[in-house]
Formats: sequence, structure tokens, C-alpha cells
Amino acid sequence: MHRYTTDMYEGMLAETTTVQGFNGDIINAYFARPLGPGPFPGVVVIHHMPGWDELYREMTRKFAHHGYLAFSPNIYYRFGHGSPDDVAANVRASGGVADDSVLEDTEGSLRFLKSLPQSNKKIGVFGTCSSGRQAFLAACRLKGLDAAVDCWGGGVVMSKEELTPKRPVAPIDYTKDLSCPLLGLFGEEDQNPTPQHVHLLEEELKKYGKTYEFHMYSKAGHGFFYYDRPNYRQEPAVDGWKKLFGFFEKYLRISS
Amino acid sequence: MCTGIVEKAEVKGSGKGPNGWFKLEEVNVSYDHPTDAPLENALNIDFVNDKMGLGARVAVELSPESARKLVDAILTALSRGEGLSKNYESDTA
Repeated sequence: MHRYTTDMYEGMLAETTTVQGFNGDIINAYFARPLGPGPFPGVVVIHHMPGWDELYREMTRKFAHHGYLAFSPNIYYRFGHGSPDDVAANVRASGGVADDSVLEDTEGSLRFLKSLPQSNKKIGVFGTCSSGRQAFLAACRLKGLDAAVDCWGGGVVMSKEELTPKRPVAPIDYTKDLSCPLLGLFGEEDQNPTPQHVHLLEEELKKYGKTYEFHMYSKAGHGFFYYDRPNYRQEPAVDGWKKLFGFFEKYLRISS
Repeated sequence: MCTGIVEKAEVKGSGKGPNGWFKLEEVNVSYDHPTDAPLENALNIDFVNDKMGLGARVAVELSPESARKLVDAILTALSRGEGLSKNYESDTA
């Protein structure tokens, strides 16, 4: 495990930057990384439906604190600039962001991270809620990812009626193409995804012999990591972060 | 989006945002995660004017029960107000 001790040097740089994403657009991104030559693994941190917000800034820095080059692209870039909630409201009114757009923004971020001299060339993807779904989708449709974490991603299982031009295929239908190990963290009281949805995904993963690790927490619902929301659950959140970092350590850290 | 449920309508009127009153053009009604209300999902209403930028927004996030009360209150007020107008028209005809 990568652990900080009180006698270690520690430094981090966190700032906004840009990256080439969907359609060749230069989008903005938040990049937090530990100082030093590395080599460091990387994580693409896809922000959730409420926006490219303070919570995701904090989570991006948390990954950097744990020794990861953490890169969070603004997947709402094309919907304008303003306060994160105003931008998110515009995205919501527009029916959400298209899957293809998120995938290419993620691919651009992945490519950027791998190009860095301090990268160990191992890259994971992380998301919660809508971005948990997108993290799973990225792990199925992109090449070059080494681990994926889907936290309570709703809409992986979709009925035909729920498909839209922006979300034309249910992510579960891509399970056979999953190209890296998957960690899933879910709450038993969640309405989206329900435990039944999680079970269906697990059956698909088993069917195609995929490497995965799912944890279903009792007395937890949707978004149990979000300390600023009523759904926050302390014990599952602490345990979930522990499992998440254990998983990334296993698949992204190259032991020296 | 987690639910992706959104309904839209063109509206005429004014709303008061952080920079004062502005002309409203559209209302977006969604059932999805709120930003501030302490609920997993809320009935979110955004009165907006896209031409004036993303900040031209009057937002409310309501519990489903509150949203229904709002609907009832609006319909009752409309009914009473329009009833008054009709009475006035018949009195003055």
C-alpha cells in the first residue's frame, strides 16, 4: 500500500488546465498531482451529474494525496460557463451530456495522463452516480484503461424506453467488451441502481468471465460518499474509500 | 443525469435572479438530484432566459409533496383570478 508517514516529504500541485476532448474541442480540466518524478499511476475523475463542482475538486485532490495523477475533465464544457449548478441545470434541461462526448473527453484525459513523464502508464477511471455509469461505459468502450470504479452508477441497466439519441445503448450491453477490472460500490437502499440492477450487471460480468469486485452496503442508498448530502453514511463511506484505494493499488501501482 | 426526467415549456413573465429582474422565456421542470435541497431526488423548477446566459435562472428545488401543493395553489389562484375577471366582464357588459 502507498502510505504517507509523518516523516515523508509531501507536495501537491492542483490547477485548472486544458485537454483535447470530443470533436477535437479543447476543454478545461482540473489536474491534481503529487510533486516528484514518480512514477505515478493516473486516474481520470469523471464528475457527477450536479456538475464540475467543489466536491469533485476535493475528490480529485484526494486521489493526488494518495499518490495518483488525478485528472478531472469538465464534461459539461460545451454547455457554457457559470456557477457549477447553473451549468448543471442547463445540462439537465438539455437531456444530459451525450455518452460519446463523455467517452472522448475521457479518452483525451487518458491519453494526456499516459503522455506525462512521471506516469507509470497505468490509468484508472472513477465516477459516482451518472459518472459511475460513464466510468463503466469507458471501461467497456475505450482501450488503455487498467482499472475502473463505478460508484452507484444509475442507468447501466436501461429499458428500451429509456434510450435516447444521447444515450443510445444501455451500458450493460457492452459488458462483453469490458477491458479492465471493475470495482462497484453500491447501497442496498438505492433506487437507481436498485440491487436488482446491480444483480443483473453482476450476472453479465460472470457470464463473460470478467474480473470484478462488487460491494453492496446495507443501510446505505445513493451517494453515500457525499458528506454534504443527507445520504452520507459514515461507515460505508470510510470502508468504500478503503476498498477503492486497495483496488487501485492492486491494479495501477507497479510495485518496485 | 441520473433520472433524465425533464419537461419544458415556453413562458412569458419576469423572474428575479441575482442581478435583478429579467424576462423569462422558458421553464424547465425536472425530477432529479437537487443541488441544495436535502433530498435524493427533487422536483426542480428552473425559470430561465437562455439568451441572457446561464446565470439568468430562478431555481427552486421542492419535495414531491411540496410540488403538488404548489400545483394546487397555482391552479386555485388561477381559477379564482380568472373567475374574478369573468365576473367583472359580465357585470360590465
